[in-house]
Amino acid sequence: MEQTALKDRIRGYIVDNFLFGDTDPLKDDAQSLLDTGIIDSVGVMELVAFLEGDLGLKIEDSELVPENLDSIANLAGFVERKRG
Amino acid sequence: MCGICGAISLAGPLDAPAGAAERMIGMLRHRGDETFGARRDDRVLLGHSRLCIVDIDGGGQPLGNEDGSVWITFNGEIFNHPELRAELQGLGHVFRTRSDTEVAVHAYEQWGEACVERFNGQFALAIRDEARGTVFLARDRYGIRPLFWARHGDLLLFASEVKSLAAWPGFRLEIDPAAAAEVMTHWVNIPPATPFSGVRQLPPGHAAVIDVAAGDDPVAEPVRPRRYWHPSFLDARDDHRFVDRGERARLAARMRESLREASVIRLRADVPVGAYLSGGLDSSLTAALVRDEVGDRLKTFSVGFADAAYDESHWQRLMADRLGTDHAAVKVDGADIGGSFADVVWHAETLLLRTAPAPLFALSRLVRDEGYKVVLTGEGADEVFCGYNIFREAKVRAFWSRDPASRRRPRLLTRLYPYLDQSPPEFLARFYGIGLDAPEDPLFSHDPRWRNTAPIRGFLRPEVVADLRPDDSVERLIASLPDDFRRWGPVARAQYLEMTTFMAGYLLSSQGDRMLMGNTVEGRFPFLDHELAAGAAAVPASAKLESLREKSLLKQAAADLLPAAVIERPKQPYRAPDSVSFSAGPGAELVAAMLDPDAVRAAGIFAPARVSALVRKWAAKGLESARDNMAFTAVLSGQILARRFGPEFAGRVEAAALGHDQIIWR
Repeated sequence: MEQTALKDRIRGYIVDNFLFGDTDPLKDDAQSLLDTGIIDSVGVMELVAFLEGDLGLKIEDSELVPENLDSIANLAGFVERKRG
Repeated sequence: MCGICGAISLAGPLDAPAGAAERMIGMLRHRGDETFGARRDDRVLLGHSRLCIVDIDGGGQPLGNEDGSVWITFNGEIFNHPELRAELQGLGHVFRTRSDTEVAVHAYEQWGEACVERFNGQFALAIRDEARGTVFLARDRYGIRPLFWARHGDLLLFASEVKSLAAWPGFRLEIDPAAAAEVMTHWVNIPPATPFSGVRQLPPGHAAVIDVAAGDDPVAEPVRPRRYWHPSFLDARDDHRFVDRGERARLAARMRESLREASVIRLRADVPVGAYLSGGLDSSLTAALVRDEVGDRLKTFSVGFADAAYDESHWQRLMADRLGTDHAAVKVDGADIGGSFADVVWHAETLLLRTAPAPLFALSRLVRDEGYKVVLTGEGADEVFCGYNIFREAKVRAFWSRDPASRRRPRLLTRLYPYLDQSPPEFLARFYGIGLDAPEDPLFSHDPRWRNTAPIRGFLRPEVVADLRPDDSVERLIASLPDDFRRWGPVARAQYLEMTTFMAGYLLSSQGDRMLMGNTVEGRFPFLDHELAAGAAAVPASAKLESLREKSLLKQAAADLLPAAVIERPKQPYRAPDSVSFSAGPGAELVAAMLDPDAVRAAGIFAPARVSALVRKWAAKGLESARDNMAFTAVLSGQILARRFGPEFAGRVEAAALGHDQIIWR
């Protein structure tokens, strides 16, 4: 999956699952999902379940860091690195 | 316990349409239906619905003084009325009844508006003073009893519940989107706001004098609430000083004696008084303290859950056996919660973020069915003696703010919230670290909670949200803080905020007065005795919340009264299953009717497409996160509120209206 399509898929999941279709809170792909309150502590677990289930990744505890998960851009980069 | 209502003409003689009093009082009948009374003069109408608890035969209302120049309509109890009566008799006042209401009349004659400072009680009242040309409105210190008002042309309407003042012919209720947004952030409305446009509430610990003789030109804002009491605490340095073992023991003994007095004085009634037993420390302690003071065997009541994750029946039975009480219990499941939720919202008169009031509605029905009218509860203990995580969280975050780069300090949060152990440690700092750079911010303690809730505002219609000033609630709250607040430490500040927002606006209201009075039951709250509060406020937070041990001093005070297992068991927050309660049966029908896109569109408050997306997620896999559950419950309750207080309201008023001869006119 190329980067744009991957970002679209992740953005679609976040808009659908956390924002219930409301795109307003999402300004750009670099925006922090935690600091802007889009994802809460349970939301992190839902997000990881999405990465493991829908995107078929295997995620280690050590990878659960904001650098990998805290924006659409970080998420897309993380998924690409995981897929090598 | 009772309901009060009235109308004040701010310009010229009072012109009350036919049936106005019958409608207003009729909407209060669940608060007391034993007698209905009213009185009017040329400017003011006072109404009353009565539940007889003290002086069954003589306590009819409205009640006047000797020469009929002062009249009162009163809801609540003044527990120290015998002492005040003796004092007032010594000053020459002549009493005709044994009621505490008459004490309030003479206390007002003697001390004027300052009379409320002498009351140990829970009350909302209106006093018409014909000689002065005023009406005096007042509410108890913590806001146990409600009091609302609204302008209607040149009239000022007031009542114990919104549904009563809105029953005035021609009055129209509308949900205020800004107020809905406020609940969807702060969990409550910040007084004087209510969910309804133009309807205000008297803040707890406030009173107001309305000048009826001001002339025929009504002033823009005739109700100017004045604070006569607020919770107070030690200055920061004293609040966090070291308290040694000997002093702790003395403080614990003193608090226990103070709580015993506060509990025993709340047994004063001409009907039997029962007690709630939740299975936790607080209600176990109050029940233990009064067990030997009631004439017969103490009657206790509890609610359990079919879902074991919420159920505390084991602990309730253990305490009932240990105290030898005559115990009655009711068990609720999702169908009970879903099936009663519309009535719960009708009584609560607000958006709710949780279903937790519903089981308490079932519990008060049990009390009523067992023939009781009055119960003691443990409410207030967590706020007064630091039982909630928000106080521990404030302490940890204040500690952490002194070294914001520390990786270890935030780890203390996993002691409070064990589920955070499963959350990546790097995320802790992101959730709870916001605001660490400004620990002096007055709202420091509550900011993470509110910040985490605010995104559910996204379910409001965008057109509605666009006009909102998001900081309005915060500014109103900060403006209301007493001057002392800035001298208090992090725990005391959190206590104050918790008492004046969540406790007053939700626990004492949506889970308290409204669920109790919905079944005509009066709750009494020993932990909210103001003399106990004064004693507890003089105890350092470092003793009340020693290290991170919640209610450490209260536990010490309870040590030889309760089983060690009850004292030492981890605190179980009272919760009820939220969105899952609506998955089948009457709850599912309610969701289908209320969250249908056409119904959402008709109410005009929420965004239909987003609500549908939430309902789809709920139906497909259930809602796991607290935030999704809060959103679901908020939208559902908001829709019920819009329906019941909108298109259905007139029919409900008609159905409840009294006949003219059902009211005793005085």
